[in-house]
Amino acid sequence: MKIHMKTFLRKQQGILIHNIANFLWVCGASTFLSLASTGCTSPENGVNGQVIVYNWGEYIDPETLELFEEETGIKVIYDEFETNESMYPKIEAGAVSYDVVCPSDYMISRMIKNDMLAELDFDRLPNAKANIGAQYYEQAKGFDPENKYSVPYCWGTVGILYNKTMVDEPVTRWAQLWDEKYADNILMQDSVRDAFMVAEKLNGFSMNTLEPSELETAKNALIEQKPLVQAYVVDQVRDKMIGSEAAIGVIYSGEAIYTQQENPDLEYVIPEEGTNVWIDAWVILKDAPNKENAEKFIDFMCRGDIALKNFEYITYSTPNDAARELIEDEEIRNSPIAFPDLSQYDNLETFSYLGEEGDAVYNELWKEVKAY
Amino acid sequence: MTNALKKIYIGLIIFFLYAPIGTLMVLSFNASKARTKWGGFTFKWYAALFENEEILSALFNTMLIALLSALAATLIGTVACIAMTGMKRRTKSIMMGITNIPMLNAEIVTGISLMLLYISLGIKFGIGTILLSHITFNIPYVILSVMPRMKQLNPSTYEAALDLGASHTTAFFKVVLPDLTPGILSGFLMAFTMSLDDFIITHFTKGIGVDTLSTKIYTEVKKGIKPEMYALSTIIFVTVLALLLLVNLSPEKKEQK
Repeated sequence: MKIHMKTFLRKQQGILIHNIANFLWVCGASTFLSLASTGCTSPENGVNGQVIVYNWGEYIDPETLELFEEETGIKVIYDEFETNESMYPKIEAGAVSYDVVCPSDYMISRMIKNDMLAELDFDRLPNAKANIGAQYYEQAKGFDPENKYSVPYCWGTVGILYNKTMVDEPVTRWAQLWDEKYADNILMQDSVRDAFMVAEKLNGFSMNTLEPSELETAKNALIEQKPLVQAYVVDQVRDKMIGSEAAIGVIYSGEAIYTQQENPDLEYVIPEEGTNVWIDAWVILKDAPNKENAEKFIDFMCRGDIALKNFEYITYSTPNDAARELIEDEEIRNSPIAFPDLSQYDNLETFSYLGEEGDAVYNELWKEVKAY
Repeated sequence: MTNALKKIYIGLIIFFLYAPIGTLMVLSFNASKARTKWGGFTFKWYAALFENEEILSALFNTMLIALLSALAATLIGTVACIAMTGMKRRTKSIMMGITNIPMLNAEIVTGISLMLLYISLGIKFGIGTILLSHITFNIPYVILSVMPRMKQLNPSTYEAALDLGASHTTAFFKVVLPDLTPGILSGFLMAFTMSLDDFIITHFTKGIGVDTLSTKIYTEVKKGIKPEMYALSTIIFVTVLALLLLVNLSPEKKEQK
């Protein structure tokens, strides 16, 4: 009897389910389609079309985007990424077609090598031609040898941030990061290339070296330094130095002015042995759907007053000489941290792309250091 | 003695669970942007939060996607459960296996596969693709919480309803559904939280300029996370806490009556 009832129930349920399923299929499919298609319809265009920009998070003053839209009638569709490494696969996969991107130096050289960038016509970029300082284009040759593909947007150096109350001598050299009296008071960058840059510059090598003997020396230097290092960190250098938790650390110059404002005991220095000059630059993708608008966007960002707004918002050094002229605070305009005179230093370099094999070699050596 | 130990143990557990959230809440009132320096008490981050359109639109997207995806997944998942009870044992366990795989699967695999699927189908990336993805990974969670309820159902009640003259639809809504409701509700809540939490799948399937809170926070990594985010997290935490208190207190009242 029980079995009979179960089969009966199953039958009834079967009919019921069939009905419900039919009903749901119809509503479900229609809602899905309408939702998917709202995704499909492109966001409203400006009178003069649109431009799709892919930039670092918090790396532009939102007001400049509004000004651009007002002045040109071009709608900006703005998207953000967090690392070069997460940006690259998204562009490569072609899920979304961007126009303008702002990668860092070595990533630009990788994109050039993989034929992903469009050549720029500087006649259509008058502001970029006139306002960006010649020394920055010179520096950019490290990753864009003919200055054909990129327009510098932000730049900076990597140096040593130290707490004047915690050291008893002026800090001027990378070698001082190997001094035993600072044991447990040293902060190193927790990223392959940045860490190796320090060890390579210490030994007078190029920071783009692939010479096995030089790499071995650099690796051994890092292993030798390891017992003295309090921590390998990225962002936390900033907060730890402000909180006086360490005496001396490797930091990007863009963070240095901010840390000094929070803690006046801190001092930033570009080491004598030379260092990394990093540049983030605008590029236009080869498959950009709105090339003309992309040019207009880049050129607008190079206008003095606009670049100034962005400098004040981001606080990283601007390569825009016209914007620098407009900075009212003399201390910042002439700050040796924000605007060091690059010609005074030897051995300044910019990262270039080492190829997949080169990256693998570095990663392997870094693993050996971290595991030691 | 054992009582004291018990209390200390519980205290420790609670401390480790809530110390990070506590730190965040304290920092949301810190006038200085630096985590290691107390710059005085302020509400300015809360004021700044409500003026920050980007964060607010990310919050809106997050809530919208969580709500819609949880609703859709609950509907689909519940119907799937009803269908599965009508299946033969073998097919049923195969179906259960199929729905369990996405849950055990690494999120990054799901994320990348969905991205590739959308590309090959030519679907434009946008809020629609995020929603579809969230519905996809939410369904198994709903099935997981409705299925046990389904097994406990007494088939005779449904039959009795039919015998007493109810139509199939009425019998379903009056007899079967009320018994399933607790499972459906917990499935819905589970789906809602999973969707709120998700970063990886959203990261791969989001379109240009569409951000949810998790992807928005992640893009701030380079320049340091803004204190507005601490403020927002504090508000969300307090809201959830209040809701939980409400939910946990209300049944008692009913019983008292």
